[in-house]
Amino acid sequence: MERKEKNAVEMQGITKTFGKVIANKDVNLELRNGEILALLGENGSGKTTIMNMLSGIYYPDSGSIRVQGKEVSIRSPKDAFDHGIGMIHQHFKLVDVLSAAENIVLGRKGAVTVDRKELNRQVKELGEKYGFDIDPAKKVYNMSVSEKQTVEILKVLFRGADILILDEPTAVLTPQEVDKLFAVLRNMKADGKSIIIITHKLHEVLAISDRVSILRKGEYIGTINTKEADQQKLTEMMVGHVVSLKIDRPMVEDKKERLKVIDLTCVSEDGVKALERVSFSAYGGEILGVAGIAGSGQKELCEVIAGLYPAIGGSVLCSGTKEGHEVMERIIGLKPDEIVKKGISMAFVPEDRLGMGLVASMDMVDNVMLRSYKNKKGLFVDRKAPQELSEKLIEDLEIVTPGVNTPVRRLSGGNVQKVLLGREIACNPSVLLVAYPVRGLDINSSYKIYDLLNEQKKKGVAVIFIGEDLDVLLEISDRIMVMCGGRVSGIVDPEKVTKEEIGLMMIQVKKDDEEASV
Amino acid sequence: MLNIILKLIVAAVIAGTPLLLGALGEILTEKSGNTNLGVEGMMYMGAVSGIAGAYFYEKAVGGNANGVVGALIALLISFLIGAFGALIYAFLTITLRANQNVTGLTLTIFGTGFGNFFGDYFGKKAGGSLVVGDAIKSAFQGVSIPVLSKIPVIGKLLFNYNWIVYFAILVAIAMAWFFNKSRVGLNLRAVGEDPGTADAAGINVTKYKYIATVVGGGICGIGGMYISMVSQGGVWVYDCVSGYGWLAVALVIFATWDSSRAILVALVFGALKIMRFYVELPIPSQFYDMAPYIVTILVLILTSMRESREHAQPKSCGTNYFREER
Amino acid sequence: MSSIKTEQQVPLVRMVKRDTITQKKTWTIRAVAFVCALLTGALLILFLGKNPVQAYMDMIQGAFGSSVLRQETIKVAIPLLITAIGISFAFKMKFWNIGAEGQILLGAIGAGYWGFFWADRLPKVILIIVMMLSAILMGGLYGLLPALCKAKWGTNETLFTLMLNYIALYMIKYLQNGPWKAPRSSFPKMAMLQPEARLTKILGVHWGWIAALLLVILAWIYFNKTKQGYEISVVGESNNTARYAGINVGKVFRRTMFLSGALAGLAGFLQVAGCDFTITETTAGGVGFTAITVAWLAHMNPYGMLGVAFFIAILERGCNQIETTMAIPASVSSLLIGIILFFMLGCEFFINYRLIFRGGKEVSHA
Repeated sequence: MERKEKNAVEMQGITKTFGKVIANKDVNLELRNGEILALLGENGSGKTTIMNMLSGIYYPDSGSIRVQGKEVSIRSPKDAFDHGIGMIHQHFKLVDVLSAAENIVLGRKGAVTVDRKELNRQVKELGEKYGFDIDPAKKVYNMSVSEKQTVEILKVLFRGADILILDEPTAVLTPQEVDKLFAVLRNMKADGKSIIIITHKLHEVLAISDRVSILRKGEYIGTINTKEADQQKLTEMMVGHVVSLKIDRPMVEDKKERLKVIDLTCVSEDGVKALERVSFSAYGGEILGVAGIAGSGQKELCEVIAGLYPAIGGSVLCSGTKEGHEVMERIIGLKPDEIVKKGISMAFVPEDRLGMGLVASMDMVDNVMLRSYKNKKGLFVDRKAPQELSEKLIEDLEIVTPGVNTPVRRLSGGNVQKVLLGREIACNPSVLLVAYPVRGLDINSSYKIYDLLNEQKKKGVAVIFIGEDLDVLLEISDRIMVMCGGRVSGIVDPEKVTKEEIGLMMIQVKKDDEEASV
Repeated sequence: MLNIILKLIVAAVIAGTPLLLGALGEILTEKSGNTNLGVEGMMYMGAVSGIAGAYFYEKAVGGNANGVVGALIALLISFLIGAFGALIYAFLTITLRANQNVTGLTLTIFGTGFGNFFGDYFGKKAGGSLVVGDAIKSAFQGVSIPVLSKIPVIGKLLFNYNWIVYFAILVAIAMAWFFNKSRVGLNLRAVGEDPGTADAAGINVTKYKYIATVVGGGICGIGGMYISMVSQGGVWVYDCVSGYGWLAVALVIFATWDSSRAILVALVFGALKIMRFYVELPIPSQFYDMAPYIVTILVLILTSMRESREHAQPKSCGTNYFREER
Repeated sequence: MSSIKTEQQVPLVRMVKRDTITQKKTWTIRAVAFVCALLTGALLILFLGKNPVQAYMDMIQGAFGSSVLRQETIKVAIPLLITAIGISFAFKMKFWNIGAEGQILLGAIGAGYWGFFWADRLPKVILIIVMMLSAILMGGLYGLLPALCKAKWGTNETLFTLMLNYIALYMIKYLQNGPWKAPRSSFPKMAMLQPEARLTKILGVHWGWIAALLLVILAWIYFNKTKQGYEISVVGESNNTARYAGINVGKVFRRTMFLSGALAGLAGFLQVAGCDFTITETTAGGVGFTAITVAWLAHMNPYGMLGVAFFIAILERGCNQIETTMAIPASVSSLLIGIILFFMLGCEFFINYRLIFRGGKEVSHA
């Protein structure tokens, strides 16, 4: 079939606001037929928002969209499908209790009943065409992250979409899986599909795309051919000024053991082992990075150490002070408040900031006192000290907020994280556990967080950094512990290891005898 | 002995049917992600409107009321009024995003008032109480299905009920087919589990939620009509639903959101409801009356002890969906 | 040309979450909703062929017409307010306690035992105190039961508390028919309390009103100033956050539900010793459910509950009045309460969101 139009999609002058926040301002975008376009921008630059308008999740306040030259109005995801547009969301849109095939057929027109046998056959066939290995009858809740992504992509292909949008598809994949995904994308491109890939990772842009469009703070900056681009140029367009993307790694002498985890084992809510004989030590004055595919036991590890989740075996020791002496105390099985009572100061910045670390509807004062309100004796809470601390945090960490009495829910992601991290640091911890501390944060906030963590490290705190971006982990960590399926597959020196090696360790545990150690 | 068991089962089926209908209505509603705690209210609405509909039909045609027509009118009106109650709930929770729990409770308060108020009001107008005539009353009595009802034991056990019993079982089976085999049923399940995903798949979440909730309310209304027309024999009795709706909500949990399993659970609770007439124990009658509620609590505790991923409440129950939420 | 075409394809109406809204606007929206509810009620009365203006006038007359009527209205408001405060304890931590009805009855039983059987053996002050404490304890324990199971296994508290209502009701029926049946009565009913077991009146109404006012203030302080109140808020917002903060969620459930039930039990005591002087199936009389509306309409604010409880009392008394003067069944009160709450629930939407109609015109409320 010959296409008359050169452009699959043209978006012109798109503006979208949420309340007072301008998510997109006068954005223009153009996707050619049969190309892979990278949409580059840092977190919060409005990449996902603009694509959500193309896929019918949001409706633009103003502007026009053309598909194959024809002006269209996309009011719902269904409209988007009708125009051949399909989006693979970063947070997978799959129904857990349904099978892969059932998810794929959701919302499709057809006979009154669903012929599951025939459907499974079709899905299998489609998968084979693009090089996916898939079991159509498998329930989504039994799937790994990359399997889920496969289902997402097949869902879009099954609908015959020829314009595909992928939102940060590589964020949750190992380097090897990323290579496989890119191969599939090239297959699809060869098949005539037009693809937009949203990302903030420069090397991926350079590896896969034909052209790059850049957004910054909701505004369209420009589009260049990938061949003419390099990392430095893209960074400048993305951030707006020359920046060094190098993350500091100060060296600290005199490392003292602060946390010792021995043969830690725990069972997840579903009854499977979430952690299996995990052992490691964390030292003051270092950042221990923790890498692994999402769901490899990172969450359980943090929660067991912080006293929020029960272990079935093993032990955790943490340094505290007893009668003026520094000793290692056994804290396994203790609740968070009991750990504090032991004289141990452990800080924990959980992954779910507003759902666990903070109370979204409360103001900063009430949030700052969350971990310390018990310290004062008596029936009543004291809001004076937390108020002062809040004001100090606002000043020190440059938190942007209308005031200490604004609900934290109203703050931007970066400021929410600063409130949380600020509170945790304020209790002078000896161990600081941070889970995905920069997820969703823009570059400035991210670097502020890195600085704060390094500052703590220099103060002699043992920082444990659970991360997903291997590039960041490799730069900031002094050692990296790689987890796979609830086990430690090795602890490596970031200076002496490649990303691909870590990727391999993320999917298979090395034999005990060849375990690397630093 | 066998005779008593037989009688107990037959009575349990008759007593369990309104529970089954209420539970089926709520299953359909919850499958769309709405927990409607207004079942009791909708049953009251159905109860009073069913009997009032039949009564006014009778008055309109004078002395020669046809029982079948009267029964159909009661069915239709109770469905529509139950659905109307659910529509209020649907509008408040789906369109206006009000809290589901509180809206459901309010619907129960409203529906209870609706039932008792109109029951009183029409009763006073009718000169004492709201009662339907014999023709319609007999339309709600058990029918002996020719030939089949003559089979020993099985005939008595299966082929001697009033028509709503068969209707309720048909609804249960139809719903099981709908959820497990049909395309629309699959879509509805997706809406209840994860409306965001269903939406992204091009399913009209609002439409599905509205239809499931409103039809579910209608089924609850029919369950209420059963109470006024069958259980109370075509006479309006103040406070007649008295907890049936709440038991129905509990039954949904025990049936693990499975409409065919609901038949069995409803039978058990029907038996608990009428046990005192068939099983004699040396305890005061009030303790018999307590039994269904005590058992409900015990089963609630037992079911909460074990967790299952697939036989569980649809995940989005209790939360309202807004596509542009950030 | 094309821009006109797009214009027509814009959805008719879209909704956008508001960032902030002024107090004035909020209250205007609520007032409009309230008036709409009254108008809907008027339509209902009109449908019955009665004069709605007359009905509303009669209702006000019935609630305030004389000092006796005013006292009656206050008597209705007292258990409503206290129970609503109790319910708000549970609702604030998103524990759906709809078992206040049963907790009231258990309180009544707790008070009744001493009132019926110890009235001649204890001095009045002691008797009343014992009755009160016993009611509080019974109500509290009845509230504690579902909290224990929720804390341990996550048992659905909505249905649990509800089933307890029915069980309490049958307990009363049992007591009426057997152990506590009034001597020489052919009907299954309980005796009347001796004067010693009845509450002293202050300004024409039993002293429960003072207790209620005091509780309003205490509850406000508890919610806003104490550690326990803070813990309730945290648990209500997120169990995960509470766990993270080292709050024992189960303990907060238990403690708070005990208090919640205890307050309902107190309301039961006041009802028995201050109003009815006996216990019947209607001792709770739907207060446990109506109080939920009171708590919700007041957004769990004790001072707000004071106003709302009083308003609902006026409504209920008023409906009693129109039953006699206009032959409208008194159960119309539940209908009206339902309608008002429907409107108040609905209007919150217009406070949280604004609508944008096609063509860019914005409205704040419909």
